[in-house]
Amino acid sequence: MSATLAPANLAPAILALAKAEFRIATRNRWLAIAAGLMVIFALILTAAGSGPSGSLGTDRLSVTVASLTSLSVYLVPLIALLLSFDAVAGEAERGTLPLILTYPIGRGPILAGKALAHLAILTLALIAGYGTAGVAAVLLDPTSGAGLGALLRLIWTSVALGATFLGLGYAISARAKRPSAAAGGAVGLWLLAVVLYDLALLAAVVADNGGAFTTQVFPLTLLANPADAFRLFNLAAAQAGAAASGVAAAAGAVPLWQSAASLLLWPALAGALALVSFRKVTP
Amino acid sequence: MLNLTSLTKQYGALAALSAVSFEVAPGERVALLGHNGAGKSTLMKIVLGLIPFDAGQVSVLGAAPGSAQARAGVAYLPENVAFHPALTGEEQIGLFLSLRGESPARARDLLGRVGLHDAARRRIGTYSKGMRQRVGLAQALIGRPRLLILDEPTSGLDPVSRRDFYALLDDLAAEGAAILLSSHALTEVEARTDRIVILSGGHLVARGTLSSLRAKADLPVTLQITPAPGQEARLAEALPEAVRVGGQLHLSSAQGQKLAALARVAGLGAMVADLDLIPPSLEDIYSHFSRRDGQ
Ligand SMILES: Nc1ncnc2c1ncn2[C@@H]1O[C@H](COP(=O)(O)OP(=O)(O)O)[C@@H](O)[C@H]1O
Ligand SMILES: [Mg+2]
Repeated sequence: MSATLAPANLAPAILALAKAEFRIATRNRWLAIAAGLMVIFALILTAAGSGPSGSLGTDRLSVTVASLTSLSVYLVPLIALLLSFDAVAGEAERGTLPLILTYPIGRGPILAGKALAHLAILTLALIAGYGTAGVAAVLLDPTSGAGLGALLRLIWTSVALGATFLGLGYAISARAKRPSAAAGGAVGLWLLAVVLYDLALLAAVVADNGGAFTTQVFPLTLLANPADAFRLFNLAAAQAGAAASGVAAAAGAVPLWQSAASLLLWPALAGALALVSFRKVTP
Repeated sequence: MLNLTSLTKQYGALAALSAVSFEVAPGERVALLGHNGAGKSTLMKIVLGLIPFDAGQVSVLGAAPGSAQARAGVAYLPENVAFHPALTGEEQIGLFLSLRGESPARARDLLGRVGLHDAARRRIGTYSKGMRQRVGLAQALIGRPRLLILDEPTSGLDPVSRRDFYALLDDLAAEGAAILLSSHALTEVEARTDRIVILSGGHLVARGTLSSLRAKADLPVTLQITPAPGQEARLAEALPEAVRVGGQLHLSSAQGQKLAALARVAGLGAMVADLDLIPPSLEDIYSHFSRRDGQ
């Protein structure tokens, strides 16, 4: 299982793996699908945010970024899981896994190559979608330049969120025996992380009625979920959600550095989980 | 190059390999024969370090299976080799070259060596089974491997490609590579290998050169006798134990009695128009060993 290639040859090998994976994904239209999804939703949200933006005292782009943040919480994990669920289980089913595992390259570099390609696709799709939204917002409201920082922040945090779910997707893919089981696991994780988790928290907060759970435990549970940490960070950084509900108020109490730390720690954690899972695979 | 001592592998209650021992020396081509389920693929995957084993010793290029040293010098062609259908032959081989620290620019060259020069820029999804098998072979040639593990390499190849394949193996062996290849038919490997190892139900039931296996099996030869015109009935009377097949008589004889049987037929003089001596076929020899145990 050790790295077996000479160090000088390791980087070219990982890049070659990434290149092949990128080719496969573009030929299977994954890049077009991901970018198309992002662009369509970004345009819809830009158009929908056409109310009297001046009333909020913010520029149009900042408003768009706020709605893009809510969208990304659902869409970015979904795209990342779609890209990653087949990574190991698909190779096992196709019968391509045993051969590559006899090559003098470790399992870490194999995963790294795949992750590099999938991250590139995700980043390109995000830039296409958010870029479109940014251009549209500036065209509609010339003062939107003020929201540019928020847009860039949204892009890098989305990449971090995507990296987390890529890693989790690889882990699911390695633990599943078949691609269909991996797809089921990916859908399950998505539902759990971005839908059910928040519903359960909401129910707990309502039941708690402003007690110790809401003030003490609730912020931690938000930090523990990468999707919630992503939302927290972007909303808090934009200081957009502070006025709304009691939930948002509690969320607003979480310092920015904590949500940033969660956002950055999760990709590493998910990557480690993916590697541990992949190392257990016997072809 | 490769040394197996009492290699044992269990799949739950099923003994896939039971105390199998043999070795493959540099420059030697060894055929691993056995019916489906005999344990050939399991043995190869253990040698490659892909799956663990339960008992015995395995030494690959003097190292543990799957270790850095072993992987650097071992090439593998899996049974029913598969590749990603969206990549072209050239892209796939280019990737494998990079994984062995070599320049991907050599891909066309390698594909040319296995007769795939013209298809190099087409997607593997459009290849026939025989063409995929050649891509598999091309990747096994990367980086001058010292040990080649080829699992049913000639399945899906037409007779001409099969001959080209064995010619490639001859070159590799001449350069000192050790080769272990599996097959479920002795007729496929014939005289193209130096030694034969026969597995049956996970047990090693025979090993040696083809001629030594032939001698050990000691199967009877068949004398095929064509009677002279009008002499058929008289001839059958003179050789009561012979069997009539078409217009001929077939007389079976143990290896030790071969000369006596010949003399007896020769003594029949003018009754006999022609005589052929048919040695036991490769399939007969193979069945003799592979059925002896457990089948
Ligand atoms: N992963 C596995 N789990 C359980 N049994 C297996 C597994 N792989 C192979 N076997 C069994 O081990 C035996 C040997 O299989 P294999 O090595 O593939 O045979 P061969 O390659 O000679 O056809 C067969 O009985 C097969 O069913
Ligand atoms: Mg087999």
